[in-house]
Amino acid sequence: MDPSRSASRGVGPLAKVTYVEFDGTEHVVDVPVGTSVMKGAIRNNVPGIDADCGGHCSCATCHVHVVAPWRDKVGEATGAEQALLQFADGVDGGSRLSCQILITHDLDGLVVTMPEVQG
Amino acid sequence: MDRPQRVVIVGGGQAGGATAALLRAYGFDGAIVLIGEEPGLPYERPPLSKAWLKGQADADSLLLKPAGFYEEQGIDLLLQRTAVTIDRVARTVGLDDGRMVGYDRLVLATGSRARRIDVHGHDLDNVLYLRDQADAERLKAVLSTGGRIVICGGGYIGLEVAAAARDLGVEVTVIEQQQRLLARVASEPLAAFFLRHHLDHGVDFRLNAQITTFVQEDHKVVGVALATGELLPCDAVVIGIGAVPQDGLAIAAGLECDDGVIVDGSACTSDPCIFAIGDVSRRPVVLYDCSFRFESVPNLIEQAKQVAAAFTGRPAPRPETPWFWSDQYDTKLQIAGMVCRGGALVIRGDEAQNRFAVFHLKGNRLMAVEAVNSPAEFMAGKKIIADCRHVCVDKLGDLDVPMRDMII
Ligand SMILES: Cc1cc2nc3c(=O)[nH]c(=O)nc-3n(C[C@H](O)[C@H](O)[C@H](O)COP(=O)(O)OP(=O)(O)OC[C@H]3O[C@@H](n4cnc5c(N)ncnc54)[C@H](O)[C@@H]3O)c2cc1C
Ligand code: FES
Repeated sequence: MDPSRSASRGVGPLAKVTYVEFDGTEHVVDVPVGTSVMKGAIRNNVPGIDADCGGHCSCATCHVHVVAPWRDKVGEATGAEQALLQFADGVDGGSRLSCQILITHDLDGLVVTMPEVQG
Repeated sequence: MDRPQRVVIVGGGQAGGATAALLRAYGFDGAIVLIGEEPGLPYERPPLSKAWLKGQADADSLLLKPAGFYEEQGIDLLLQRTAVTIDRVARTVGLDDGRMVGYDRLVLATGSRARRIDVHGHDLDNVLYLRDQADAERLKAVLSTGGRIVICGGGYIGLEVAAAARDLGVEVTVIEQQQRLLARVASEPLAAFFLRHHLDHGVDFRLNAQITTFVQEDHKVVGVALATGELLPCDAVVIGIGAVPQDGLAIAAGLECDDGVIVDGSACTSDPCIFAIGDVSRRPVVLYDCSFRFESVPNLIEQAKQVAAAFTGRPAPRPETPWFWSDQYDTKLQIAGMVCRGGALVIRGDEAQNRFAVFHLKGNRLMAVEAVNSPAEFMAGKKIIADCRHVCVDKLGDLDVPMRDMII
Protein backbone atom coordinates (compact mmCIF):
# COMPACT_ATOMS: atom_id res chain seq x y z
CA MET A 1 0.00 0.00 0.00
CA ASP A 2 2.97 2.29 -0.40
CA PRO A 3 1.76 5.09 -2.65
CA SER A 4 5.25 5.66 -4.01
CA ARG A 5 5.44 2.19 -5.47
CA SER A 6 5.29 2.25 -9.23
CA ALA A 7 2.02 1.11 -10.77
CA SER A 8 3.23 1.58 -14.32
CA ARG A 9 5.24 -1.45 -15.15
CA GLY A 10 6.44 -3.19 -18.24
CA VAL A 11 6.08 -1.24 -21.43
CA GLY A 12 8.94 0.69 -22.96
CA PRO A 13 11.85 2.59 -21.44
CA LEU A 14 11.39 4.32 -18.11
CA ALA A 15 12.88 7.38 -16.47
CA LYS A 16 13.11 7.95 -12.73
CA VAL A 17 11.28 10.99 -11.47
CA THR A 18 11.35 12.15 -7.86
CA TYR A 19 8.30 14.04 -6.65
CA VAL A 20 8.75 15.92 -3.40
CA GLU A 21 5.63 16.86 -1.49
CA PHE A 22 5.39 20.26 0.18
CA ASP A 23 6.12 18.63 3.55
CA GLY A 24 9.27 17.01 2.15
CA THR A 25 7.95 13.48 1.58
CA GLU A 26 9.67 12.00 -1.48
CA HIS A 27 8.15 9.65 -4.04
CA VAL A 28 10.47 8.04 -6.56
CA VAL A 29 8.55 6.75 -9.56
CA ASP A 30 9.44 5.11 -12.88
CA VAL A 31 7.67 7.07 -15.58
CA PRO A 32 7.49 5.70 -19.15
CA VAL A 33 9.32 7.85 -21.69
CA GLY A 34 6.76 9.80 -23.72
CA THR A 35 4.26 10.29 -20.91
CA SER A 36 3.94 13.47 -18.90
CA VAL A 37 5.30 14.21 -15.45
CA MET A 38 1.66 14.77 -14.42
CA LYS A 39 0.55 11.30 -15.61
CA GLY A 40 3.51 9.78 -13.80
CA ALA A 41 2.24 11.24 -10.54
CA ILE A 42 -1.44 10.48 -11.11
CA ARG A 43 -0.89 6.91 -12.22
CA ASN A 44 1.22 6.25 -9.13
CA ASN A 45 -1.08 8.14 -6.75
CA VAL A 46 1.53 10.66 -5.72
CA PRO A 47 -0.38 13.26 -3.69
CA GLY A 48 -0.04 16.97 -4.41
CA ILE A 49 -1.00 17.07 -8.09
CA ASP A 50 -4.74 17.38 -8.80
CA ALA A 51 -4.77 17.55 -12.61
CA ASP A 52 -8.45 18.51 -12.79
CA CYS A 53 -8.49 18.84 -16.57
CA GLY A 54 -6.70 15.59 -17.24
CA GLY A 55 -3.70 17.14 -18.94
CA HIS A 56 -5.21 19.62 -21.37
CA CYS A 57 -3.36 22.67 -20.14
CA SER A 58 -6.63 24.15 -18.91
CA CYS A 59 -6.46 24.19 -15.15
CA ALA A 60 -3.00 24.77 -13.62
CA THR A 61 -3.75 22.22 -10.90
CA CYS A 62 -0.68 20.20 -11.90
CA HIS A 63 1.83 22.89 -10.95
CA VAL A 64 5.33 21.71 -9.96
CA HIS A 65 8.67 23.38 -9.33
CA VAL A 66 11.53 21.94 -11.35
CA VAL A 67 14.59 22.00 -9.08
CA ALA A 68 17.35 24.32 -10.27
CA PRO A 69 19.80 21.80 -11.83
CA TRP A 70 17.08 20.47 -14.16
CA ARG A 71 15.61 23.74 -15.37
CA ASP A 72 17.65 24.06 -18.55
CA LYS A 73 16.91 20.53 -19.67
CA VAL A 74 13.20 20.80 -18.94
CA GLY A 75 12.85 24.23 -20.52
CA GLU A 76 10.47 27.08 -19.78
CA ALA A 77 6.72 27.39 -19.98
CA THR A 78 5.37 29.12 -23.08
CA GLY A 79 1.98 30.19 -24.47
CA ALA A 80 -1.12 29.08 -22.59
CA GLU A 81 0.96 27.31 -19.97
CA GLN A 82 2.79 30.51 -19.13
CA ALA A 83 -0.48 32.46 -19.07
CA LEU A 84 -2.01 30.01 -16.59
CA LEU A 85 1.08 29.87 -14.42
CA GLN A 86 1.27 33.64 -13.93
CA PHE A 87 -1.63 33.39 -11.52
CA ALA A 88 -0.94 30.08 -9.80
CA ASP A 89 -0.02 30.10 -6.11
CA GLY A 90 3.65 30.17 -5.15
CA VAL A 91 5.13 30.49 -8.64
CA ASP A 92 8.93 30.63 -8.97
CA GLY A 93 11.53 30.44 -11.75
CA GLY A 94 11.19 26.65 -11.92
CA SER A 95 7.40 26.57 -12.13
CA ARG A 96 5.88 24.37 -14.83
CA LEU A 97 2.59 22.63 -15.44
CA SER A 98 3.56 19.00 -15.14
CA CYS A 99 1.11 17.86 -17.83
CA GLN A 100 3.20 19.87 -20.29
CA ILE A 101 6.52 18.19 -19.46
CA LEU A 102 6.98 15.03 -21.48
CA ILE A 103 9.47 12.53 -20.13
CA THR A 104 12.48 11.87 -22.34
CA HIS A 105 15.66 9.84 -21.69
CA ASP A 106 17.38 13.09 -20.86
CA LEU A 107 15.06 13.62 -17.93
CA ASP A 108 16.00 10.38 -16.14
CA GLY A 109 16.61 11.47 -12.53
CA LEU A 110 14.38 14.58 -12.70
CA VAL A 111 13.36 16.09 -9.37
CA VAL A 112 10.25 18.23 -8.97
CA THR A 113 8.72 19.69 -5.83
CA MET A 114 5.07 20.40 -5.30
CA PRO A 115 3.40 23.59 -4.08
CA GLU A 116 1.37 23.68 -0.88
CA VAL A 117 -1.90 24.01 -2.78
CA GLN A 118 -2.93 23.60 -6.41
CA GLY A 119 -5.05 26.00 -8.42
CA MET B 1 -16.52 10.89 15.38
CA ASP B 2 -14.29 7.77 15.28
CA ARG B 3 -11.94 7.33 12.39
CA PRO B 4 -13.59 4.92 9.95
CA GLN B 5 -12.07 1.51 9.30
CA ARG B 6 -14.23 0.39 6.45
CA VAL B 7 -15.24 2.69 3.63
CA VAL B 8 -17.67 1.56 0.94
CA ILE B 9 -18.01 3.65 -2.22
CA VAL B 10 -21.02 3.18 -4.50
CA GLY B 11 -20.32 4.26 -8.08
CA GLY B 12 -17.17 3.51 -10.03
CA GLY B 13 -17.06 6.73 -12.04
CA GLN B 14 -14.46 9.45 -11.69
CA ALA B 15 -15.81 10.57 -8.30
CA GLY B 16 -15.76 7.07 -6.83
CA GLY B 17 -12.33 6.31 -8.27
CA ALA B 18 -10.86 9.62 -7.12
CA THR B 19 -12.16 9.09 -3.58
CA ALA B 20 -10.60 5.64 -3.29
CA ALA B 21 -7.27 6.90 -4.64
CA LEU B 22 -7.20 10.03 -2.47
CA LEU B 23 -8.00 8.07 0.68
CA ARG B 24 -4.88 5.99 0.09
CA ALA B 25 -2.84 9.04 -0.90
CA TYR B 26 -3.88 10.65 2.40
CA GLY B 27 -2.72 7.57 4.31
CA PHE B 28 -6.05 5.82 5.01
CA ASP B 29 -5.16 2.21 5.79
CA GLY B 30 -8.59 0.71 6.47
CA ALA B 31 -10.64 -1.32 3.99
CA ILE B 32 -11.95 0.35 0.81
CA VAL B 33 -14.64 -1.32 -1.30
CA LEU B 34 -15.62 0.28 -4.61
CA ILE B 35 -18.89 -0.92 -6.16
CA GLY B 36 -19.51 0.01 -9.80
CA GLU B 37 -22.14 -0.89 -12.32
CA GLU B 38 -20.08 -0.34 -15.45
CA PRO B 39 -17.92 -3.18 -16.79
CA GLY B 40 -14.57 -1.37 -16.66
CA LEU B 41 -12.30 0.49 -14.27
CA PRO B 42 -13.06 4.13 -13.34
CA TYR B 43 -12.38 6.44 -16.29
CA GLU B 44 -12.68 10.08 -17.36
CA ARG B 45 -15.76 11.06 -19.34
CA PRO B 46 -14.76 14.49 -20.75
CA PRO B 47 -12.75 13.07 -23.68
CA LEU B 48 -15.80 11.02 -24.79
CA SER B 49 -17.33 14.02 -26.53
CA LYS B 50 -13.96 15.33 -27.73
CA ALA B 51 -10.83 13.29 -28.53
CA TRP B 52 -12.63 9.93 -28.38
CA LEU B 53 -15.05 10.66 -31.22
CA LYS B 54 -12.15 11.68 -33.44
CA GLY B 55 -10.22 8.52 -32.64
CA GLN B 56 -7.59 10.46 -30.67
CA ALA B 57 -8.08 8.62 -27.36
CA ASP B 58 -8.25 4.95 -26.46
CA ALA B 59 -9.79 3.15 -23.50
CA ASP B 60 -6.44 2.94 -21.72
CA SER B 61 -5.79 6.68 -21.95
CA LEU B 62 -9.17 7.38 -20.30
CA LEU B 63 -8.41 5.26 -17.24
CA LEU B 64 -8.09 7.16 -14.00
CA LYS B 65 -5.50 4.69 -12.73
CA PRO B 66 -3.77 1.73 -14.39
CA ALA B 67 -5.25 -1.75 -13.98
CA GLY B 68 -2.71 -2.91 -11.36
CA PHE B 69 -3.33 0.09 -9.15
CA TYR B 70 -6.37 -1.13 -7.25
CA GLU B 71 -4.84 -4.41 -6.18
CA GLU B 72 -1.57 -2.75 -5.23
CA GLN B 73 -3.41 -0.21 -3.14
CA GLY B 74 -5.69 -2.76 -1.50
CA ILE B 75 -8.88 -1.36 -3.02
CA ASP B 76 -11.56 -4.05 -3.46
CA LEU B 77 -13.34 -3.58 -6.76
CA LEU B 78 -16.81 -5.03 -7.20
CA LEU B 79 -17.47 -4.18 -10.85
CA GLN B 80 -20.61 -4.90 -12.84
CA ARG B 81 -22.45 -4.91 -9.55
CA THR B 82 -25.28 -2.56 -8.66
CA ALA B 83 -26.03 -1.39 -5.14
CA VAL B 84 -29.78 -1.77 -4.69
CA THR B 85 -30.44 -1.02 -1.01
CA ILE B 86 -28.92 0.79 1.94
CA ASP B 87 -29.72 -0.34 5.48
CA ARG B 88 -28.72 2.68 7.58
CA VAL B 89 -29.29 0.91 10.90
CA ALA B 90 -27.26 -2.22 10.12
CA ARG B 91 -24.89 -0.07 8.00
CA THR B 92 -24.94 -2.40 5.04
CA VAL B 93 -25.31 -1.98 1.30
CA GLY B 94 -27.23 -4.69 -0.56
CA LEU B 95 -26.04 -5.66 -4.03
CA ASP B 96 -27.97 -7.01 -7.00
CA ASP B 97 -26.45 -10.46 -6.45
CA GLY B 98 -27.83 -10.59 -2.92
CA ARG B 99 -24.53 -9.84 -1.22
CA MET B 100 -24.45 -7.49 1.78
CA VAL B 101 -21.47 -5.20 2.26
CA GLY B 102 -20.96 -3.57 5.65
CA TYR B 103 -19.59 -0.04 6.09
CA ASP B 104 -18.51 2.47 8.74
CA ARG B 105 -18.71 5.20 6.13
CA LEU B 106 -20.57 5.05 2.85
CA VAL B 107 -19.79 7.34 -0.08
CA LEU B 108 -22.48 7.71 -2.75
CA ALA B 109 -20.87 8.57 -6.07
CA THR B 110 -23.64 7.32 -8.33
CA GLY B 111 -23.42 10.28 -10.70
CA SER B 112 -26.04 11.25 -13.22
CA ARG B 113 -27.53 9.78 -16.35
CA ALA B 114 -28.54 11.34 -19.64
CA ARG B 115 -32.02 12.82 -19.58
CA ARG B 116 -34.25 10.85 -21.96
CA ILE B 117 -36.22 12.63 -24.63
CA ASP B 118 -39.97 12.32 -24.66
CA VAL B 119 -40.67 12.22 -28.37
CA HIS B 120 -42.42 9.53 -30.37
CA GLY B 121 -39.76 7.20 -31.75
CA HIS B 122 -37.29 7.88 -28.93
CA ASP B 123 -36.52 4.16 -28.49
CA LEU B 124 -35.31 3.55 -32.03
CA ASP B 125 -31.86 2.07 -32.61
CA ASN B 126 -30.21 5.16 -34.02
CA VAL B 127 -31.36 7.58 -31.33
CA LEU B 128 -28.11 7.97 -29.43
CA TYR B 129 -27.10 9.40 -26.08
CA LEU B 130 -23.63 10.18 -24.80
CA ARG B 131 -22.87 9.31 -21.21
CA ASP B 132 -20.54 6.32 -21.07
CA GLN B 133 -17.87 4.61 -23.08
CA ALA B 134 -20.35 2.25 -24.76
CA ASP B 135 -22.45 5.23 -25.91
CA ALA B 136 -19.33 6.97 -27.19
CA GLU B 137 -18.24 3.92 -29.13
CA ARG B 138 -21.64 3.67 -30.79
CA LEU B 139 -21.60 7.35 -31.69
CA LYS B 140 -18.06 7.15 -33.03
CA ALA B 141 -19.11 4.29 -35.32
CA VAL B 142 -22.02 6.35 -36.65
CA LEU B 143 -19.83 9.40 -37.27
CA SER B 144 -17.23 7.32 -39.06
CA THR B 145 -19.76 6.45 -41.78
CA GLY B 146 -20.28 10.11 -42.63
CA GLY B 147 -23.78 11.19 -43.57
CA ARG B 148 -26.03 13.52 -41.62
CA ILE B 149 -26.92 13.74 -37.97
CA VAL B 150 -29.42 15.80 -36.05
CA ILE B 151 -28.42 16.83 -32.54
CA CYS B 152 -31.20 17.60 -30.07
CA GLY B 153 -29.94 20.12 -27.53
CA GLY B 154 -27.60 23.09 -27.85
CA GLY B 155 -25.75 22.57 -24.58
CA TYR B 156 -22.09 21.67 -24.12
CA ILE B 157 -22.41 18.01 -25.03
CA GLY B 158 -24.48 18.76 -28.12
CA LEU B 159 -22.04 21.43 -29.30
CA GLU B 160 -18.95 19.31 -28.62
CA VAL B 161 -20.47 16.46 -30.61
CA ALA B 162 -21.33 18.93 -33.38
CA ALA B 163 -17.70 20.10 -33.49
CA ALA B 164 -16.29 16.57 -33.57
CA ALA B 165 -18.80 15.55 -36.25
CA ARG B 166 -17.91 18.53 -38.46
CA ASP B 167 -14.20 17.77 -38.04
CA LEU B 168 -15.05 14.30 -39.39
CA GLY B 169 -17.00 15.73 -42.31
CA VAL B 170 -20.45 14.77 -41.06
CA GLU B 171 -23.35 17.12 -41.80
CA VAL B 172 -24.90 18.46 -38.61
CA THR B 173 -28.11 20.21 -37.65
CA VAL B 174 -28.56 21.27 -34.02
CA ILE B 175 -32.09 21.71 -32.71
CA GLU B 176 -32.56 23.85 -29.62
CA GLN B 177 -35.86 24.55 -27.85
CA GLN B 178 -34.67 27.84 -26.41
CA GLN B 179 -34.07 31.04 -28.33
CA ARG B 180 -30.34 30.64 -27.95
CA LEU B 181 -27.59 28.12 -27.30
CA LEU B 182 -26.21 27.25 -23.85
CA ALA B 183 -29.27 28.94 -22.37
CA ARG B 184 -28.90 27.53 -18.87
CA VAL B 185 -25.15 27.87 -18.50
CA ALA B 186 -23.61 30.72 -20.47
CA SER B 187 -24.01 34.44 -21.11
CA GLU B 188 -25.64 35.89 -24.19
CA PRO B 189 -22.36 37.08 -25.79
CA LEU B 190 -20.73 33.69 -25.30
CA ALA B 191 -23.74 31.87 -26.74
CA ALA B 192 -23.76 34.24 -29.71
CA PHE B 193 -20.06 33.59 -30.27
CA PHE B 194 -20.52 29.82 -30.31
CA LEU B 195 -23.47 30.11 -32.67
CA ARG B 196 -21.34 32.07 -35.14
CA HIS B 197 -18.38 29.78 -34.62
CA HIS B 198 -20.41 26.69 -35.42
CA LEU B 199 -22.12 28.38 -38.37
CA ASP B 200 -18.64 29.18 -39.72
CA HIS B 201 -17.86 25.48 -39.49
CA GLY B 202 -20.97 24.57 -41.44
CA VAL B 203 -23.36 23.55 -38.66
CA ASP B 204 -27.01 24.25 -39.34
CA PHE B 205 -29.25 25.43 -36.48
CA ARG B 206 -32.95 25.45 -35.64
CA LEU B 207 -33.40 27.59 -32.56
CA ASN B 208 -36.67 28.03 -30.73
CA ALA B 209 -37.70 24.75 -32.31
CA GLN B 210 -40.06 22.03 -31.14
CA ILE B 211 -39.63 18.44 -32.23
CA THR B 212 -42.90 16.71 -32.93
CA THR B 213 -41.75 13.26 -33.93
CA PHE B 214 -38.90 11.05 -35.06
CA VAL B 215 -39.91 9.76 -38.45
CA GLN B 216 -39.09 6.08 -38.75
CA GLU B 217 -38.46 3.44 -41.35
CA ASP B 218 -37.38 -0.13 -40.45
CA HIS B 219 -36.86 0.68 -36.76
CA LYS B 220 -34.59 3.57 -37.58
CA VAL B 221 -35.06 7.29 -37.49
CA VAL B 222 -34.80 8.75 -40.96
CA GLY B 223 -35.88 12.26 -40.12
CA VAL B 224 -36.86 14.69 -37.40
CA ALA B 225 -40.15 16.54 -37.80
CA LEU B 226 -40.50 20.01 -36.29
CA ALA B 227 -43.62 21.85 -35.17
CA THR B 228 -43.15 24.24 -38.09
CA GLY B 229 -43.78 21.30 -40.41
CA GLU B 230 -40.18 21.09 -41.50
CA LEU B 231 -38.64 17.63 -41.85
CA LEU B 232 -34.91 17.24 -41.28
CA PRO B 233 -33.67 14.04 -42.90
CA CYS B 234 -30.86 12.27 -41.03
CA ASP B 235 -28.94 9.03 -40.52
CA ALA B 236 -28.93 9.27 -36.73
CA VAL B 237 -30.14 11.48 -33.89
CA VAL B 238 -27.98 12.45 -30.91
CA ILE B 239 -29.71 13.60 -27.73
CA GLY B 240 -27.93 16.04 -25.41
CA ILE B 241 -30.62 17.56 -23.24
CA GLY B 242 -29.00 17.43 -19.84
CA ALA B 243 -28.52 14.89 -17.09
CA VAL B 244 -30.50 13.77 -14.05
CA PRO B 245 -28.94 12.72 -10.74
CA GLN B 246 -29.02 9.03 -9.85
CA ASP B 247 -30.30 9.63 -6.35
CA GLY B 248 -32.91 6.84 -6.20
CA LEU B 249 -30.85 4.76 -3.78
CA ALA B 250 -30.46 7.75 -1.46
CA ILE B 251 -34.16 8.67 -1.65
CA ALA B 252 -35.15 5.09 -0.85
CA ALA B 253 -32.82 5.18 2.16
CA GLY B 254 -34.56 8.32 3.44
CA LEU B 255 -31.64 10.70 2.94
CA GLU B 256 -32.50 14.34 2.32
CA CYS B 257 -32.61 14.91 -1.42
CA ASP B 258 -33.73 17.71 -3.73
CA ASP B 259 -32.69 17.06 -7.32
CA GLY B 260 -29.56 15.42 -5.90
CA VAL B 261 -28.45 14.26 -2.48
CA ILE B 262 -28.10 17.23 -0.15
CA VAL B 263 -24.67 17.45 1.47
CA ASP B 264 -22.71 19.90 3.60
CA GLY B 265 -19.28 21.40 3.02
CA SER B 266 -17.56 18.14 3.88
CA ALA B 267 -19.87 16.20 1.52
CA CYS B 268 -21.78 14.66 4.45
CA THR B 269 -25.47 13.83 3.88
CA SER B 270 -28.27 14.01 6.45
CA ASP B 271 -26.84 10.71 7.83
CA PRO B 272 -23.46 11.37 9.49
CA CYS B 273 -22.09 8.03 8.21
CA ILE B 274 -23.10 8.61 4.60
CA PHE B 275 -21.40 11.04 2.21
CA ALA B 276 -22.26 11.94 -1.38
CA ILE B 277 -20.07 13.54 -4.02
CA GLY B 278 -19.93 14.37 -7.70
CA ASP B 279 -22.87 14.73 -10.09
CA VAL B 280 -25.32 13.10 -7.66
CA SER B 281 -24.79 15.67 -4.90
CA ARG B 282 -26.28 19.09 -4.24
CA ARG B 283 -23.67 20.98 -2.29
CA PRO B 284 -23.16 24.34 -0.67
CA VAL B 285 -21.16 26.84 -2.70
CA VAL B 286 -19.56 29.01 -0.05
CA LEU B 287 -18.36 31.74 -2.39
CA TYR B 288 -21.88 32.22 -3.78
CA ASP B 289 -23.87 31.57 -0.64
CA CYS B 290 -26.08 29.06 -2.41
CA SER B 291 -26.35 25.36 -3.09
CA PHE B 292 -25.94 23.75 -6.47
CA ARG B 293 -25.64 20.41 -8.23
CA PHE B 294 -22.59 20.69 -10.46
CA GLU B 295 -21.78 18.32 -13.29
CA SER B 296 -18.06 18.84 -13.61
CA VAL B 297 -14.76 17.18 -12.92
CA PRO B 298 -13.28 20.00 -10.78
CA ASN B 299 -16.35 19.73 -8.54
CA LEU B 300 -15.95 16.01 -7.95
CA ILE B 301 -12.23 16.35 -7.27
CA GLU B 302 -12.89 19.08 -4.72
CA GLN B 303 -15.50 16.92 -2.99
CA ALA B 304 -13.32 13.80 -3.10
CA LYS B 305 -10.70 15.85 -1.25
CA GLN B 306 -13.30 16.91 1.32
CA VAL B 307 -14.24 13.28 1.97
CA ALA B 308 -10.68 11.99 2.09
CA ALA B 309 -9.75 14.82 4.50
CA ALA B 310 -12.77 14.12 6.73
CA PHE B 311 -12.04 10.38 6.90
CA THR B 312 -8.36 10.80 7.70
CA GLY B 313 -8.66 13.64 10.18
CA ARG B 314 -7.01 16.21 7.94
CA PRO B 315 -8.19 19.82 8.02
CA ALA B 316 -10.96 20.56 5.53
CA PRO B 317 -9.61 21.91 2.22
CA ARG B 318 -10.22 25.55 1.34
CA PRO B 319 -13.32 26.22 -0.82
CA GLU B 320 -12.46 26.40 -4.52
CA THR B 321 -13.89 28.56 -7.29
CA PRO B 322 -16.19 26.35 -9.38
CA TRP B 323 -14.90 26.01 -12.91
CA PHE B 324 -15.45 24.14 -16.14
CA TRP B 325 -13.99 23.74 -19.59
CA SER B 326 -15.14 22.78 -23.06
CA ASP B 327 -13.22 22.21 -26.30
CA GLN B 328 -14.87 22.83 -29.66
CA TYR B 329 -12.84 22.82 -32.88
CA ASP B 330 -9.64 24.68 -32.00
CA THR B 331 -11.41 26.79 -29.40
CA LYS B 332 -10.82 26.31 -25.72
CA LEU B 333 -13.49 27.66 -23.40
CA GLN B 334 -12.79 27.97 -19.69
CA ILE B 335 -15.34 29.27 -17.23
CA ALA B 336 -14.57 30.23 -13.65
CA GLY B 337 -17.27 31.08 -11.14
CA MET B 338 -21.02 30.79 -11.47
CA VAL B 339 -22.72 32.57 -14.33
CA CYS B 340 -25.78 34.28 -12.86
CA ARG B 341 -28.27 36.44 -14.64
CA GLY B 342 -28.62 40.15 -14.10
CA GLY B 343 -25.04 41.26 -13.37
CA ALA B 344 -23.07 43.71 -15.48
CA LEU B 345 -20.90 42.30 -18.27
CA VAL B 346 -17.53 43.54 -19.52
CA ILE B 347 -15.93 42.05 -22.61
CA ARG B 348 -12.17 41.99 -22.96
CA GLY B 349 -10.53 41.00 -26.22
CA ASP B 350 -11.89 40.48 -29.70
CA GLU B 351 -14.74 38.11 -30.49
CA ALA B 352 -13.92 38.22 -34.19
CA GLN B 353 -10.41 36.92 -33.38
CA ASN B 354 -11.83 34.02 -31.34
CA ARG B 355 -10.03 35.38 -28.32
CA PHE B 356 -11.99 37.19 -25.65
CA ALA B 357 -13.36 36.95 -22.14
CA VAL B 358 -16.73 37.91 -20.69
CA PHE B 359 -16.51 39.16 -17.11
CA HIS B 360 -19.59 39.05 -14.89
CA LEU B 361 -19.67 41.68 -12.18
CA LYS B 362 -21.72 42.70 -9.18
CA GLY B 363 -20.46 46.19 -8.46
CA ASN B 364 -16.70 45.73 -8.54
CA ARG B 365 -16.88 42.17 -7.30
CA LEU B 366 -16.06 39.59 -9.98
CA MET B 367 -18.63 36.78 -10.07
CA ALA B 368 -17.62 34.80 -13.15
CA VAL B 369 -15.43 34.86 -16.24
CA GLU B 370 -16.07 33.03 -19.48
CA ALA B 371 -12.75 32.87 -21.32
CA VAL B 372 -12.41 31.89 -24.98
CA ASN B 373 -8.81 31.05 -25.86
CA SER B 374 -7.84 33.39 -23.00
CA PRO B 375 -6.07 31.35 -20.32
CA ALA B 376 -4.67 34.38 -18.46
CA GLU B 377 -8.13 35.95 -18.09
CA PHE B 378 -9.52 32.61 -16.90
CA MET B 379 -6.80 31.96 -14.37
CA ALA B 380 -6.74 35.52 -13.03
CA GLY B 381 -10.53 35.44 -12.72
CA LYS B 382 -10.53 32.09 -10.93
CA LYS B 383 -8.09 33.43 -8.41
CA ILE B 384 -9.78 36.79 -7.92
CA ILE B 385 -13.07 34.99 -7.26
CA ALA B 386 -11.48 32.55 -4.78
CA ASP B 387 -9.87 35.42 -2.88
CA CYS B 388 -13.08 37.55 -3.04
CA ARG B 389 -10.99 40.47 -4.35
CA HIS B 390 -12.41 43.50 -6.13
CA VAL B 391 -11.44 44.55 -9.65
CA CYS B 392 -11.03 47.81 -11.57
CA VAL B 393 -14.17 47.52 -13.64
CA ASP B 394 -13.29 50.38 -16.00
CA LYS B 395 -9.92 48.83 -16.93
CA LEU B 396 -11.12 45.27 -17.42
CA GLY B 397 -11.94 45.81 -21.07
CA ASP B 398 -8.56 47.37 -21.84
CA LEU B 399 -6.16 44.80 -23.27
CA ASP B 400 -3.23 47.15 -22.63
CA VAL B 401 -3.72 46.72 -18.90
CA PRO B 402 -2.48 43.28 -17.90
CA MET B 403 -4.77 41.11 -15.80
CA ARG B 404 -2.47 41.27 -12.81
CA ASP B 405 -3.16 45.01 -12.55
CA MET B 406 -6.93 44.56 -12.33
CA ILE B 407 -7.01 43.61 -8.70
CA ILE B 408 -7.86 46.41 -6.29
C1 LIG C 1 -19.61 13.33 -22.77
C2 LIG C 1 -19.28 14.11 -21.53
C3 LIG C 1 -18.38 15.18 -21.58
C4 LIG C 1 -18.05 15.89 -20.44
N1 LIG C 1 -17.15 16.92 -20.52
C5 LIG C 1 -16.77 17.57 -19.40
C6 LIG C 1 -15.78 18.59 -19.44
O1 LIG C 1 -15.25 18.95 -20.49
N2 LIG C 1 -15.39 19.18 -18.27
C7 LIG C 1 -15.95 18.82 -17.08
O2 LIG C 1 -15.57 19.36 -16.04
N3 LIG C 1 -16.91 17.87 -17.01
C8 LIG C 1 -17.34 17.24 -18.14
N4 LIG C 1 -18.31 16.26 -18.07
C9 LIG C 1 -18.95 15.98 -16.77
C10 LIG C 1 -18.14 14.99 -15.94
O3 LIG C 1 -17.70 13.94 -16.73
C11 LIG C 1 -19.00 14.51 -14.80
O4 LIG C 1 -19.20 15.60 -13.94
C12 LIG C 1 -18.36 13.37 -14.05
O5 LIG C 1 -18.24 12.24 -14.85
C13 LIG C 1 -19.16 13.03 -12.81
O6 LIG C 1 -18.56 11.94 -12.15
P1 LIG C 1 -19.35 11.05 -11.10
O7 LIG C 1 -18.39 9.98 -10.72
O8 LIG C 1 -19.95 11.93 -10.09
O9 LIG C 1 -20.57 10.43 -11.89
P2 LIG C 1 -20.58 9.47 -13.15
O10 LIG C 1 -19.49 9.80 -14.07
O11 LIG C 1 -21.98 9.53 -13.65
O12 LIG C 1 -20.29 8.05 -12.53
C14 LIG C 1 -21.20 7.38 -11.69
C15 LIG C 1 -20.95 5.90 -11.80
O13 LIG C 1 -21.71 5.22 -10.81
C16 LIG C 1 -22.33 4.09 -11.37
N5 LIG C 1 -23.52 3.79 -10.56
C17 LIG C 1 -24.66 4.53 -10.47
N6 LIG C 1 -25.53 3.95 -9.62
C18 LIG C 1 -24.93 2.83 -9.15
C19 LIG C 1 -25.32 1.81 -8.22
N7 LIG C 1 -26.51 1.85 -7.60
N8 LIG C 1 -24.46 0.78 -7.99
C20 LIG C 1 -23.25 0.75 -8.61
N9 LIG C 1 -22.83 1.70 -9.47
C21 LIG C 1 -23.66 2.72 -9.74
C22 LIG C 1 -22.62 4.51 -12.78
O14 LIG C 1 -22.78 3.38 -13.62
C23 LIG C 1 -21.36 5.31 -13.13
O15 LIG C 1 -20.36 4.47 -13.59
C24 LIG C 1 -18.66 15.54 -19.21
C25 LIG C 1 -19.59 14.48 -19.15
C26 LIG C 1 -19.90 13.76 -20.29
C27 LIG C 1 -20.90 12.63 -20.22
S1 FES D 1 -3.62 18.88 -15.76
FE1 FES D 1 -4.75 20.68 -16.12
S2 FES D 1 -3.19 22.06 -16.73
FE2 FES D 1 -2.10 20.25 -16.33
